[in-house]
Amino acid sequence: MSSDLSALWTAIPQVLEGLGITVVLTAGGAALAFVIAIVFGLLAGSRALLVRGFARVVIEFFRGTSLVVQLFLFFFVLPRFGIPWLEWPPLVAGILAFGFNYGAYGAEVVRGSITAVPRGQWEASTALSFSPAHRMRRIIIPQAWALMIPSLNNLLIQLLKGTAIVGFITLFDLTVSIEKLRIATDLFFAYSVGLLLYFVLAYILTLGMNALEVRAKHRLGQGESLRDALRFRSPVTRGRTAA
Amino acid sequence: MSGGWNWQHVWDSLPTLLEGFLTVTLLVTVVGSVIAAVLGLVLELLRRSAPAPLAALLTFVVNFIRMTPIVVQLMFAYFALLALDPLTIGIVVFGIHYATYMAEVYRAGIDSVPQGQWEATTALSMSRGRTWRAVIVPQAVRATLPSLGNYVISMFKDTPFLIAITVPDMISNALRYGGDHFRFTEVIVVAGVIFLIASYPTSVLIRKLEQRIAFTT
Repeated sequence: MSSDLSALWTAIPQVLEGLGITVVLTAGGAALAFVIAIVFGLLAGSRALLVRGFARVVIEFFRGTSLVVQLFLFFFVLPRFGIPWLEWPPLVAGILAFGFNYGAYGAEVVRGSITAVPRGQWEASTALSFSPAHRMRRIIIPQAWALMIPSLNNLLIQLLKGTAIVGFITLFDLTVSIEKLRIATDLFFAYSVGLLLYFVLAYILTLGMNALEVRAKHRLGQGESLRDALRFRSPVTRGRTAA
Repeated sequence: MSGGWNWQHVWDSLPTLLEGFLTVTLLVTVVGSVIAAVLGLVLELLRRSAPAPLAALLTFVVNFIRMTPIVVQLMFAYFALLALDPLTIGIVVFGIHYATYMAEVYRAGIDSVPQGQWEATTALSMSRGRTWRAVIVPQAVRATLPSLGNYVISMFKDTPFLIAITVPDMISNALRYGGDHFRFTEVIVVAGVIFLIASYPTSVLIRKLEQRIAFTT
């Protein structure tokens, strides 16, 4: 065990480098996925058949094929078409694959949450002669946002876990660094460290998303503010708050 | 290496892709799903009936498995059990990983059985075992069928992770063909199309099933 710890000590820079790549992929992938989810979620709810059809084809393609296939598509296939701006490094290929794959799942969440905003809210904003853009921005999105956060949190955790496959496209992420640590120490020690690091990352993301959910609900007049929720005392619920 | 598209590579690689699809991708998905569906229910029933400290431990283990990558779990099991066949390890790890998702689904399913059903079994003085077997589980499982279907599709799409433990699935055959011929374009696109052909109709069927269950309950 003490030799394991000293091996871990010498391997720390390596593990941190791998952890850095995992964090960059997760953050980059999540940012791109978020943009894609919003754009395609709105397009998929459009009334124009052509716009809706286009969004559906893109969403179903990325939802229907394997993440690994898409990763190889961005890594092996697209850079080989001889178009200079498609010859991106593996890190970009990874971010694109995660962004598009989880973005497509997220688009369904966005579309579903917008549809789930009660009919009366739409009608009321029409009655108050809001413009469609104004209605989306001030009435529909704030309510849909509170609804979509729990599902987006699940997707975020899945994205983090999905990044563990980037060793396939030559990237040195946390999983690869753990595999190196296994050779220097032993199996149970190295993988315990690795799995715990992933668990802690996932936990931090969940805490962050829970804070966002509290804030979004507070802005709708449901539940307490984030500052109140973070105080060291038992929570007070005002209005309806889902667990 | 040039771009473009060569149909010859499509026809040449198709047999090896389909072989990997049938002998690994489909096998792991089917057996893994059965393990996940059964073990998930067992986990959830254990969590409800075990004494509090044991139930808390079980909840932590389930969350830990749920929140860590399946690739890392596959590699861990592979190196820990080198004597075993990687395909068997793959099936068992997929089964256990997805069982932790299914346990959550069953929890929601059991919670959704109306309170009146429990009261009725008490009124009829049914035994605890019979209450679960004859009344609660059948209703809970019915509500969980769409989620089970969605997890089967998601497991199906995760099977290429088996490359990490040297199992020759469809994608690993595609990569081998690509490496031998210095052509990745066709094999990867064809593999993607095979995934799409298999998963899209299934997801449409599940959506139909979802609507039917919502309609009849």
